[in-house]
Amino acid sequence: MPKSVKVKRGLSLNLKGEAEKILVDAPKSKIYTIKPPNFHSIVPKMVVKEGAKLKAGDELFFSKYSDKTRFVSPVSGTLKEIVRGAKRRVLGLRIEADASIDYKDFGVMDPLSASKEEVKERVFSTGLGTFIQQRPYDVLANAEDTPKSIFVSTHNTAPLGASFEFVLKAKMKHFQTGLNVLSQLTEGKVYVGVDAESASELKSVENVEVVNINGPHPAGLVGTMIHEIEPINQGERVWTVRAEDVAIIGEQFTTGKFNAERIVAVAGNAAEERKYFKTLIGAEVKTLLSGQNPAGCRLISGDVLTGAKVEEEGYIDYYANELTIIPEGNHYRMFGWLPFKDNNIHSMSKTSLSWLFPKRKYDVDTNLNGEERALVVTGEMEEVMPLDIYPMQLIKACMAGDIEKMENLGIYEVAPEDFALIDYTNTSKIEAQDIIRQGLDLMITEVG
Amino acid sequence: MSFIRKKLDEIKKPFEPGNKLEKYRPAINALDTFLFVPNHTTQKGAHIRDAVDLKRTMITVVLALIPALIFGMWNTGHQHFMQLGEEVGFMEAFIHGAWKIVPMIVVSYAVGLGIEFIYAIKRGHEVNEGYLVTGLLIPMIMPVDIPLWMVALSVIFAVLIGKEAFGGTGMNILNPALTARAFAFFAYPTYMSGNEVWVSEAGAVDKISGETILGKLAAGTEVPFESIHMFTGVIPGSIAETSTLCILAGALLLMLTKVADWRIIVSGFIGAALMGLLLNALPSLGVEGNDLTNFAWYKHLIVGGLAFGIVFMATDPVSAAQTLKGKWIYGLLIGLLAIMIRTLNPAYPEGIMLSILLMNVFAPTIDHYVVEGNVKKRKKRLQAKTVKTA
Repeated sequence: MPKSVKVKRGLSLNLKGEAEKILVDAPKSKIYTIKPPNFHSIVPKMVVKEGAKLKAGDELFFSKYSDKTRFVSPVSGTLKEIVRGAKRRVLGLRIEADASIDYKDFGVMDPLSASKEEVKERVFSTGLGTFIQQRPYDVLANAEDTPKSIFVSTHNTAPLGASFEFVLKAKMKHFQTGLNVLSQLTEGKVYVGVDAESASELKSVENVEVVNINGPHPAGLVGTMIHEIEPINQGERVWTVRAEDVAIIGEQFTTGKFNAERIVAVAGNAAEERKYFKTLIGAEVKTLLSGQNPAGCRLISGDVLTGAKVEEEGYIDYYANELTIIPEGNHYRMFGWLPFKDNNIHSMSKTSLSWLFPKRKYDVDTNLNGEERALVVTGEMEEVMPLDIYPMQLIKACMAGDIEKMENLGIYEVAPEDFALIDYTNTSKIEAQDIIRQGLDLMITEVG
Repeated sequence: MSFIRKKLDEIKKPFEPGNKLEKYRPAINALDTFLFVPNHTTQKGAHIRDAVDLKRTMITVVLALIPALIFGMWNTGHQHFMQLGEEVGFMEAFIHGAWKIVPMIVVSYAVGLGIEFIYAIKRGHEVNEGYLVTGLLIPMIMPVDIPLWMVALSVIFAVLIGKEAFGGTGMNILNPALTARAFAFFAYPTYMSGNEVWVSEAGAVDKISGETILGKLAAGTEVPFESIHMFTGVIPGSIAETSTLCILAGALLLMLTKVADWRIIVSGFIGAALMGLLLNALPSLGVEGNDLTNFAWYKHLIVGGLAFGIVFMATDPVSAAQTLKGKWIYGLLIGLLAIMIRTLNPAYPEGIMLSILLMNVFAPTIDHYVVEGNVKKRKKRLQAKTVKTA
């Protein structure tokens, strides 16, 4: 009997503007940018200088606090500029790409016949460690640790999220090799979450435990899977890897080349060309816009709940599989606070009639639909929190910086993305993800 | 619409940051956001947001109060003319009631919102909408003849000591509206209890008793009302507490919109019914009891402020228990205690106010133990783990 995760509490947002399942090559990007802020709490120590010639897979920098995790270039070319912000913080490494990509050869390795140590050494020293996240704290994995287990989710339940089933279609071989690699990194098991409803070949992957996932968002998040299968206790480490990144890891072991291919779903009700684009990590946003002028729109690298705002002249984030384009909502709505008015805006609350049309697809924009207020309403956060955690109490503990309480209430088990739906639904417009992130950062400095 | 918007933007200019009146921004914003949902966009976290906000939630409660309020206005007039022996039409009775009650509402809102605005400006946050409900609740649970200055004083006490002293909206321990009533009750008992305050201008008529049903039961006099009167609310009492029917209409709206937690309402009534049944059973156990304990249990549910209290005050999310399990316990205890105080303590023929205030105080304790259950589970898991690895 395969393991399964069944989620009841949650919310699958039905939004307009899903990406069509058509894969096209994105125009080649001139510049690729690796943004160190994508790696939370990593302080980069540069290895290369401006003007350096790079191959795809050449090292760019490593973490100041752990020199084992190396960060490498997704393309071959010239390091044009190291963009710095306040206090000389490195914000981006702009790499001008060559006409054709020249790969550094890491050599072929069969993860299953190599020793655990060899595999681990290879993963972290060749830049693949950047694809592995650690829970607790939702930061990059530490090469020194051996995780209790590793989790991969191929069922994306986020609104307008890219379908990993589609993304991985042509990469199944590499995906399997990648899973073999991961199975060598842990003492325990590798769990792969798949959509229980689909009959995809993802269900027949080997050397791992397949987990059937059922239910509304956030069912597909790794956090939900971890919580249901092997909840994290104090002092334990669990790793997570995004589905497409598993294939990148696998390909590098199979061919010896770091192929930073990223399939990005362009979606959202303001997107004109809604398709899946094949590009590389760090590509220019405008290469995915198909010439669309995004004035008055918000470009989100990632999904609408957890993604980051990017500019037209900006670059796709390291992990993002989506570019979501929705209209900005900087407009006024007269008497919009009246109950049962403006039912065309989705609401989970029954003070809007939108619940009468569960099948309807909604247009969205970035309007806050209100203002931030004190926490008054209770019980609504629990409705979208499938984990056995008291969300409001945990949020309050984070706000107060009460470490013992945070520990007791399960801070080790959560990542900001687990609270994304609370951001969306809560009446007081509390920034739950931000508060949880700050709480986690406090834990890192105080407990480590 | 765009004309009003332009005009508003013009008015707001001197309040923009860096200008002279910047400090008073929360005040002008409160007025502006009453007309328009602002153009604020998401800056961090999720990029899209639900249509619900606190204004919408609070206005829903106000809507739910309307049936009871309108009935209360009519009933005030009706009771008044009835004791004079006059038969009048709906409008006449309603106008008499409104004439008494609208000034109370105006005073309550003016004083309460005034304090809210001052604190918003002082603390630099936006004006919270909670008072829209509190401000309406306060007059609705007062006897009709209470002087306006007492209403004002009660409001000041409730908002300052009951709410702002604890850090403002969302932080208060006691329900502010009940705090106002408790203040008036203990500070001016002659205006808040007895047999002359429940019917408008009752004292003006000789030998006419305007006691509430519970008052009559406590005094051992006969109750001249049928169950149907108690349910529809054509009886003397605090302004809006009498009609269980209208209150249930409000409760229905609150429960359907999920603005009030149905668990508290349901468990509150269950608790009251249980205590009523228990007390009704006393004679069969050989205890004589009194008129109040022998009052049929289902009638206990429809007289006095029990229904109003459970539906509109116990469900105040800030002062109630916040966990789902906690809400069941909290509601149940409110119901039990309300009837217990009502029947067994002759000094307080109405127990719901004290019972809710008491449970307000205990709500954090209830939550603590519920949450502690979750914490224990986590600790046990950790312990099992360490034992296994050791």
